[in-house]
Amino acid sequence: MPEGGSIWSPQEAVELSPSVSDEVKTTTCYMCACRCGIKVHLKDGAVRYIEGNKDHPVNRGVLCAKGSAGIMQHNSPARLSKPLKRVGERGSGEFVEIEWDEALATAAEWLGDIRKTDPRKLAFFTGRDQSQGLTGFWATQFGTPNYAAHGGFCSVNMAAAGLYTIGGSFWEFGEPDWENTRYLLMFGVAEDHDSNPIKTGLGKLKTLGQAKFVSVNPVRTGYSAIADEWLGIQPGSDGLFVMALIHELLKAERVDLDYLVRYTNAPWLVRNEPGSPRHGLFVRDRNGDPMAYDSKSGRLVNALLPDIAPALQGSFDLHESAPGEGGEPALAIPAFQLMAERYLDDTYAPDAVAATTGIPADTIRRIAAELAHAAFEQQIEIDQPWTDWAGRHHDKMIGRPVAMHAMRGISAHANGFHTCRVIHLLQMLLGSIDCPGGFRYKPPFPRPAPPGPKPAGKAHEVAPNTPMKGPPLGFVTGPEDLIVEDNGAPRRIDKAFSWEHPIAAHGMMHTVIANAHAGDPYPIDLLFMFMANMSWNSSMNTAGTIGMLTDKDPATGEYRIPKIIYSDAFWSEMVPYADLILPDTTYLERWDCISMLDRPISTADGPGDSIRQPVVAPDRDVRPFQDVVIDLGARLGLPAFTKEDGSPRFPGGYADYIVNHERGPGVGPLAGWRGEDGETHGKGAPNPRQLERYVENGCFWHEKLAPEQRYYKHANRDYLAYAHKMGWIGSPDPIVMQLYSEPMQKFRLAAEGHGPKRAPAAHRERVRTYFDPLPIWYPPFAEDDAVRTEYPLHALTQRPMAMYHSWGSQNAWLRQIHGQNRLYVNRATAEKQGLADDDWVWVESPHSRIKVQIKTMEGCNADTVWTWNAIGKRRGAWNLDPEAPEAARGFLLNHLIADLLPPKDGHRYANADPITGQAAWFDLRVRLVKAAPEEAGTSAPQFRVQPEPPTGIKRPALLRYGERFLPRGSWRRGRGEKGK
Amino acid sequence: MNPSYSVIFFTTASGTGYGLLALLGVFATAGWLPADPWLGIVGIGAALALVTAGLLSSTFHLGHPERAWRGLTQWRSSWLSREGVVAVATYVPAGLFGIGWVFLGDTGGFWAACGLAATALAALTVGCTAMIYASLKPIPRWSNIWVLPVYLLMALAGGGVAATLLFAAFGSGPHWTGWLAAGALVAAWAAKFGYWGSIDGAAPRSTAESATGLGGIGKVRLFEPPHTGTNYLLQEMGFRVARKHAQKLRRLALLSGGAVPAALCAITAISEPGWPGTLAAVLAATSFGVGIVVERWLFFAEAEHVVMLYYGAEAA
Amino acid sequence: MTSLPANPSDTKLGLVIDLDICVGCHACAVHCKEWNDGGHSAPLTDHDPYGSDPWGVWFNRVHTFEAGEGADSRTVHFPRSCLHCDEPACVTVCPTGASYKRAEDGIVLVNADACIGCKLCSWACPYGAREYDDVDGVMKKCTMCVDRIYNDNLAEADRVPVCVSTCPANARHFGDLGDPSSEVSQLVAARGGYELMPEMGYAPVNRYLPPRPRKVSAGDTGAAAALTPVDHSGDVGVPEIGTGSRLLDWVDRMLSR
Repeated sequence: MPEGGSIWSPQEAVELSPSVSDEVKTTTCYMCACRCGIKVHLKDGAVRYIEGNKDHPVNRGVLCAKGSAGIMQHNSPARLSKPLKRVGERGSGEFVEIEWDEALATAAEWLGDIRKTDPRKLAFFTGRDQSQGLTGFWATQFGTPNYAAHGGFCSVNMAAAGLYTIGGSFWEFGEPDWENTRYLLMFGVAEDHDSNPIKTGLGKLKTLGQAKFVSVNPVRTGYSAIADEWLGIQPGSDGLFVMALIHELLKAERVDLDYLVRYTNAPWLVRNEPGSPRHGLFVRDRNGDPMAYDSKSGRLVNALLPDIAPALQGSFDLHESAPGEGGEPALAIPAFQLMAERYLDDTYAPDAVAATTGIPADTIRRIAAELAHAAFEQQIEIDQPWTDWAGRHHDKMIGRPVAMHAMRGISAHANGFHTCRVIHLLQMLLGSIDCPGGFRYKPPFPRPAPPGPKPAGKAHEVAPNTPMKGPPLGFVTGPEDLIVEDNGAPRRIDKAFSWEHPIAAHGMMHTVIANAHAGDPYPIDLLFMFMANMSWNSSMNTAGTIGMLTDKDPATGEYRIPKIIYSDAFWSEMVPYADLILPDTTYLERWDCISMLDRPISTADGPGDSIRQPVVAPDRDVRPFQDVVIDLGARLGLPAFTKEDGSPRFPGGYADYIVNHERGPGVGPLAGWRGEDGETHGKGAPNPRQLERYVENGCFWHEKLAPEQRYYKHANRDYLAYAHKMGWIGSPDPIVMQLYSEPMQKFRLAAEGHGPKRAPAAHRERVRTYFDPLPIWYPPFAEDDAVRTEYPLHALTQRPMAMYHSWGSQNAWLRQIHGQNRLYVNRATAEKQGLADDDWVWVESPHSRIKVQIKTMEGCNADTVWTWNAIGKRRGAWNLDPEAPEAARGFLLNHLIADLLPPKDGHRYANADPITGQAAWFDLRVRLVKAAPEEAGTSAPQFRVQPEPPTGIKRPALLRYGERFLPRGSWRRGRGEKGK
Repeated sequence: MNPSYSVIFFTTASGTGYGLLALLGVFATAGWLPADPWLGIVGIGAALALVTAGLLSSTFHLGHPERAWRGLTQWRSSWLSREGVVAVATYVPAGLFGIGWVFLGDTGGFWAACGLAATALAALTVGCTAMIYASLKPIPRWSNIWVLPVYLLMALAGGGVAATLLFAAFGSGPHWTGWLAAGALVAAWAAKFGYWGSIDGAAPRSTAESATGLGGIGKVRLFEPPHTGTNYLLQEMGFRVARKHAQKLRRLALLSGGAVPAALCAITAISEPGWPGTLAAVLAATSFGVGIVVERWLFFAEAEHVVMLYYGAEAA
Repeated sequence: MTSLPANPSDTKLGLVIDLDICVGCHACAVHCKEWNDGGHSAPLTDHDPYGSDPWGVWFNRVHTFEAGEGADSRTVHFPRSCLHCDEPACVTVCPTGASYKRAEDGIVLVNADACIGCKLCSWACPYGAREYDDVDGVMKKCTMCVDRIYNDNLAEADRVPVCVSTCPANARHFGDLGDPSSEVSQLVAARGGYELMPEMGYAPVNRYLPPRPRKVSAGDTGAAAALTPVDHSGDVGVPEIGTGSRLLDWVDRMLSR
């Protein structure tokens, strides 16, 4: 820098207007699942600076710690640089680099052999995949039902409960009405999906200062730290807490009956014919429409008709005899009454649940009163006329300004499905779903509850060299939709959609390795995975899983899981356990599409989808996984990936596919700028210039709904017509929320021995118990009294806001923030055990034990210990020094979590929700034992050091990335090399 | 504070050097110095050697020693800059004083005036050194009224011990110099006691509550540091010495830097010129050297920086 | 020249940090690292980046404190960076003139070409704002993004410190705290914004907005302590229709779908 002034006062000539970059390219972040829009500044060919895109609907210009560290991810020394072929034993990490031709030929050969014999022998599971529109379609084309992404161990409970109940869900598929709400109730949310929108929303809500924000969470960090009230609930008891709130509201008769009658199935008549195969099902007319009792006409009428006056209680004779009941009158009761009678019971009185939930009865009563006050006394009205589904005009949009959001803290328990359902039930009773100030759907939601399609994979749907008729994942509505053999045995390798986990809508990736290893229900030939660290932080029983990946059949000497292909951009813990590695690019080097067919970036005010574009070219011999999948599709001759002449249909790879693939007529991966002229959105012919249009627009498409379409989407004529036109819903009929869930009752009936498809005897009791059409609460499975007394503490993880799963650990900046995780213990609890900060303790669970270092805190439920998720690393993995704090002192809680529940009559179910198969990460119970002095200093367990990556890339001892942007000739350039 | 050895050596060595220089200047003025050129060479030589070695070592901890000259420019506001200026200025009268003594064999008149000027500048330099620390509010144990007297008296004591050795070795000069040294040592350590008493009894100036402004809620504790690893602040200011350990070192410093050299200097003073007195003086100087280094190490090690309030300290 | 400006302007550019909103996500810290690694003080050296003891130069660090005990305790996230004091001893102690406070806007900067790396300024700072880069051998610190806030190459809206523009919760505000009518000054006045360690007498320019009191008692939202159950013991007669639960008579009113 030139110097002015004299030596007496050296004046720095500060460069106030340096050129920031030679070029700015927009794309979409991939440092977590949030999908923020980013602007990447390039200087001298290098990434100088990544910032949030102000125009982007997701993040409006902000960017979190992870996104801001993208440069370090992109330049990580853990990046793979060429396809790898395993030469040593699995796990040894001994590979040779091979050419892509060889890699793809090998993969195509392995896959081809399977496809022409039994496509089910391929298990294709993608992890944190944002292209499930493609990968799921590819699996369908290949013809295997054994496909899923990581939803099964992420938050399928939230998705399934929401989609079966309100036709939408929390997760990132809906959002609180941040500006208008007066009361926000948040359950079990740490850093999670929608991370920046939640931060921005909370900031807005608290700045406006007109709402109260309550966080229900055993741990007071992050969002909970800024809550107006923090409820440090006992893990897994949230459902009971919500039922007590409902109890209070019903007792005081403070529920929105008009809302229930208009928008939910509360008035639908439920058959009360104990013992009959129709018991508990809805009364339906000849067309199969549900019926209600019209108090006006005094007759049973189609419950879907407008302007009827349906009764919410009573017992009605159907004036027809039920078979086998000797002409007894068949009675039916409105769903509302069944619901009300259940929760009015004193089992759910605040005093009755206080002990279990750890929330004082007075607090529960106060929260209930505050909810009612916000919903009914602080009702808001927006002067915005709208027309409902029946064509009735309304001058105003009435709001019950109570918003709710819930996520992993609810989801990761074996009672998560019911708990999430009861939260939605509470929202319905308050009339606060998709109204001003409430929870709002993001298009393409709401959809019918449950939405289509149904999963494919039944015996007649799977055949060699044949695509399946439908997608492997979907939504079952009854036993007839299960993917099971005639004898009721699972047909999917992960046992999803079986009697063990009938509504496993996202599959069960967490069971694949164990099942494949055990050959239960059958052995497979090839496990094909993408972006899932299954030999480390993405598995329960991690050590056991590693064993399964390396275990050989003594008879044949072959690995029990014969072949494993894995695609990852980095030298992760999983790479050494695969036989063939297909190196992926970083997120700045690829085309991608965040699609309406998968998980779009819509906001409540309008639909949106987005793309990634390559902002820099790879400097290594790597390829985007999606290009590879499409290439393999062509090599295998999958119909949708080849032309009639057998040549590749998408020679341009994923970009080609994104533009030209049509799922249905006019429906493609991207909804924006379709049609030859590129002027139609939603449905339209492929537009060859579509990607350019996206790039011109900042790599996203977002359409604002008209003001009259923005609320009551489930019953808003103009919105429903629009959604139908866009192809999101099959008909413009209103979405009726399912307070009472008939699909659940269908499974229960089958478990009671009714109907053609009956639950195998072994599973009947379980299905009968848990498939209750109304939300129930039960303690997490891992918790019988013996366990509770021997292992007095709950243990769980939270995602740190500055680190996302394992991806961040290689990141030179982020790992300075979270280089070692501690076990956090309530201070009083620790003192009782004679434990203090920095002590080393053994954490023991019924499954295993680990050694960790603790830190005490005030803001933690007294019976709960927790740690930051996925900081612990295997020595040597991610090209980190074997002595890295992540490995030497950090730890994984996963080692303590069993992947299977204790045997019950000889059978072991997955450690998961009995309905959805959601991995029950947070049902863990532990005890603490102080480690001996000589045991201090290193965490346990420790594994053999993962060797340095075969790429030969050395990790630098000094990092001065920004040096390259200094003016030529600056004395600060090259000082790193000169050494110190 | 993390004790930086170059700085410890600098303050102790140059302190002693300036002390010796100051005494020689005064003695010259009083006419107590024999005009023995050899005594001059060794005396002035030793003083300037100590001073120069100290000043040089102080540049070792600089990131850019080649720019050290810039440190002389900001005397208007910076005690460090003032120290540099005065330190350099001191060489002029000290040099002339030496020339007169060594080459002209004259330590009176003009040359004595130079000596006196050197005395004044030497004292000023040590005073500036003290003020560098005494002016740092974020380090309460340094911004303390006792710091200035302690530095000045320690320098005087060091000079006294050095002079005692010098005169004993040459068998000339005032033989009561040993008494002077002993007296200076007593005064210096009395001041040091005043300092220790003051910092041990001092109420904290800042607390985790005032550092965060969260005292209104309750007692403030660090839950999570910003980074799980280390950083510059923790390396430079996170140094802690156990109270027990510090107490031991204080006793060692007092004994080795005070009691022992004082006694030995007294022995030199009462013993006839000859090797026993000289030996005592040698031992006194050695012992003082050890003691003063320990004293200065403690001065850093016991000093707490208020920034640590953001890293788990409760008060400073 | 390290004497403070003889006649500074009234402009005092600074930050206002809202502790009631900060969720402790570290976005400001990492985004600051990202921008400044290639900015005025480039680079922000990282040592042992993939090793056993990784550490580096950061201008902005987010601490988390707990205040109080038990039920009354609070968790507070606390971003810490240079406060650009009005009486910055870090400037006046500098022997070389490298450390200085800009007369025009009060921003405290280090001239890397004149710094000798004596570290005295970091000793003089109570707030830990100064970080020594031992590879460059000079002191580095928050520049208030001086290479952005006046940058003609950027759109007007982007001329703010990056810690402010990136904060997802909008917990950071930038402006002229020397102008009582500025938005930031108004915010400080309205929310009781305070100085850190006022006893040091450094007169920090940056202000912190305290966490708002919690709403945990009956009446805090205007609601009663509990809902009043409706008593049906006095009801007579049977419901007009059906034979439903007495408890539910209240739902027997004409509701229209």
